[in-house]
Amino acid sequence: MSLRDLITHSKGLPSQGGSPAFVEPWQAEAFAMVVALHDRGLFTWDEWAHALSAELKRPGALEDASDYYHCWLEALETLVVTKNVAARSEVEALAASWQRAAHATPHGEPIRLENDPDRS
Amino acid sequence: MAHDHPEHHHDNELDPMAARVRALETILTEKGLVDPKAIDAIVDTYETKVGPRNGARVVAKAWSDPEFSGWLQRDATEAISSLGYTGRQGEHMQAVFNTSDTHNLVVCTLCSCYPWSVLGLPPVWYKAPPYRSRAVIDPRGVLAEFDLVLPETTKIRVWDSTAELRYLVVPLRPAGTEGFSEEQLAELVTRDSMIGTGLALTPEAA
Repeated sequence: MSLRDLITHSKGLPSQGGSPAFVEPWQAEAFAMVVALHDRGLFTWDEWAHALSAELKRPGALEDASDYYHCWLEALETLVVTKNVAARSEVEALAASWQRAAHATPHGEPIRLENDPDRS
Repeated sequence: MAHDHPEHHHDNELDPMAARVRALETILTEKGLVDPKAIDAIVDTYETKVGPRNGARVVAKAWSDPEFSGWLQRDATEAISSLGYTGRQGEHMQAVFNTSDTHNLVVCTLCSCYPWSVLGLPPVWYKAPPYRSRAVIDPRGVLAEFDLVLPETTKIRVWDSTAELRYLVVPLRPAGTEGFSEEQLAELVTRDSMIGTGLALTPEAA
C-alpha cells in the first residue's frame, strides 16, 4: 500500500483526526497493558521503544501497518518473558486455554476461563 | 461456503491475538502487575479524552500570547504541562516553530514515538513503513503525497522522535485571523499541521 493510499484511508475513517485508534478491542487492551506496566515500572519507555522497534523491523512487516498491534503484542510478550514475569510457554498454554474456553461457551455468554474443558 | 447453518450458530471464538491478550492479562492480573479497571481507564483516556484538540490549544495559545510562545520555545515540556497536558512516559517535549523560510516535519524512524499527551495516538500512516522510511530521505516527496507543496526556497527540517524526546510542530498562523480568540484559532489547527504534513487551515477553509 502506498503512502498516498494510507493517507486517503486515514481521511476516509471517522473521528476527529481520521482513523480510530484501535480497530479491535484486543489492540486497545494490549496498548493499555503496556502503558500500565510502564507506570508500574516493569520497564522504561526506552526499553519499550526498542522492543517495539525490533518487532517492526522484522522482515515481512506490512507496508500498511495493519500488523502494528501484532508487533506491539509480540514486543509486550517478549518483555514479559525477559523480565521473568512469565515463561512464553505459560502464555501460550493459557492462550490455548482461553480459546478452548471460548469454544465451549454458548454464544452470547461471557467467556470465562473456567469454561475450558481441559483446564486442570 | 458462504452461509452458516442456521441451526448451528456458532459458539464464541477468540482469535489467536485476542486469546494471547487475555492470557497476558490473566497472568499480569494474578501477579498484581495490572488492574483490569486501570486498563479500562487507560483505553477510555486514549479513545476519548486525549487527542489533537489538546495540541491545537497549545498552538492557539502560542499564536495569541507571545510570553507563552517564548516559554514554549524554551521549555515545551513545562509550558505544555501548565495547560494540563503531561506525558506519562516522562518524555520531554520540544516545540518546533515553522517560519516563513523553514518548515518542520516530525517522524519516528525507530518505531512510532509520538506526543500522545497533545496529539493522542498516531494515525496509521505515521506508524507505517513508507512514511517512516521516506520522511528523512525524501521529505519533499512525502509532503507532496499529502498535497503539500512548499516553495523550493523553503527549507524542510525533519525531526526524528525518540522515546525521550517528542516534537510538536507549531504551524504558521494563517493570514486573516487578526482578532480571533484562542478558541477560534484552535479550530484552524489540524493534527497534520502539528506533525508537519499539513498547514493550519485558513479561516475560509475551516
